[in-house]
Amino acid sequence: MTTTIEAPVPAFDEESTGRKLAIICSKGSLDMAYPGLVLANAALSEGIETHLFFTFWGFDMINKETMGHLQFTPLGNPATHMPPLLMGLPGMTAFATHMMKKQMDGIDVPGIPEFLEMISDSGGHLWACRMSADMMHLEADDLYERVEGIISASDFLELSEGAQTIFV
Amino acid sequence: MGLSSIAGHEVHVDQEGFMTVYDEWSDELAQKLAANIDLELTERHWEVLRFIRRDFEQQGETPTLRRVSNTGGIPIKELFDLFPKKPAKKMAYIAGLPKPAGCV
Repeated sequence: MTTTIEAPVPAFDEESTGRKLAIICSKGSLDMAYPGLVLANAALSEGIETHLFFTFWGFDMINKETMGHLQFTPLGNPATHMPPLLMGLPGMTAFATHMMKKQMDGIDVPGIPEFLEMISDSGGHLWACRMSADMMHLEADDLYERVEGIISASDFLELSEGAQTIFV
Repeated sequence: MGLSSIAGHEVHVDQEGFMTVYDEWSDELAQKLAANIDLELTERHWEVLRFIRRDFEQQGETPTLRRVSNTGGIPIKELFDLFPKKPAKKMAYIAGLPKPAGCV
C-alpha cells in the first residue's frame, strides 16, 4: 500500500512582501496608454503596491476631457507595417483608432476610463504631475476623480522610494 | 505532480498545490483549502466560488477579476477584501481551478 503525501500549499503571502512598483505614464496615445495600465493591473492582483504617475502627454489619460478619446496614429509608426504615405491620408487615425479599440474589445480589455477605475478599485494609486498641470492650466477638478493628488517630481520620488520604477 | 492528499482525500494537484481535476473538488475540500491560506469562507466567498466554478465549466478557463466583477456581479473592490492581496490566484486555488491565464 502506498501513502500519498499532503498537497503543497501555494506561498501566496510570502512572495509579495514589501514589493512596490512605480509606473510613469508619459504618453497620450491609445497604444502607449495600455502597457502601463496592463502592468499596473497585473501587479495589483499580485499584491504589489502600485503607483501610477501621469506626466506630459500621459495627462491625456487622466484629463476628463480626453481620457475617453485617446487615439492611435499609424503615421510614422513602423509597427503598422504599412506604407507611410498611406498612413498620412485623411481619416487614417480615426480608422486605426477604431480598429485598435475593436481589437481590445475583442480580447475583453476595457477602455482607458474603465481601466483606471479597475486599477483604483484594486488599490492602485493615481498621481498627477504638478508641472504638467501648470503647463496645461489644469486643476484637480479637471482630472479624473480617482487621482489622489497633483504632486511634484520630488514628491513622486519620495513616495516611490524602494519601488521598481518603469517609464512608459 | 500527481496524486496528493488534502484532508484525507486523494486528489490531483500541480506543483504549487492547485487542484487539477475539476470533479475532484468538493465543498469540504474548499473549506480545507481556504484554511490552508488562512481564510474563513463566508456566504459571499461561496458566491464567488460558485460563480467561477460555473464559469469555468462553461468557458473552459478560469475567469479574470474583471469577469467576476462584470459578469458575476461581485465588485473588484470586494474581491480584494474577500481574498486579500492576490484575489485571482486565491479564489482559483480554493475553487479547485487553474490560475487565471488572462492578462487583464
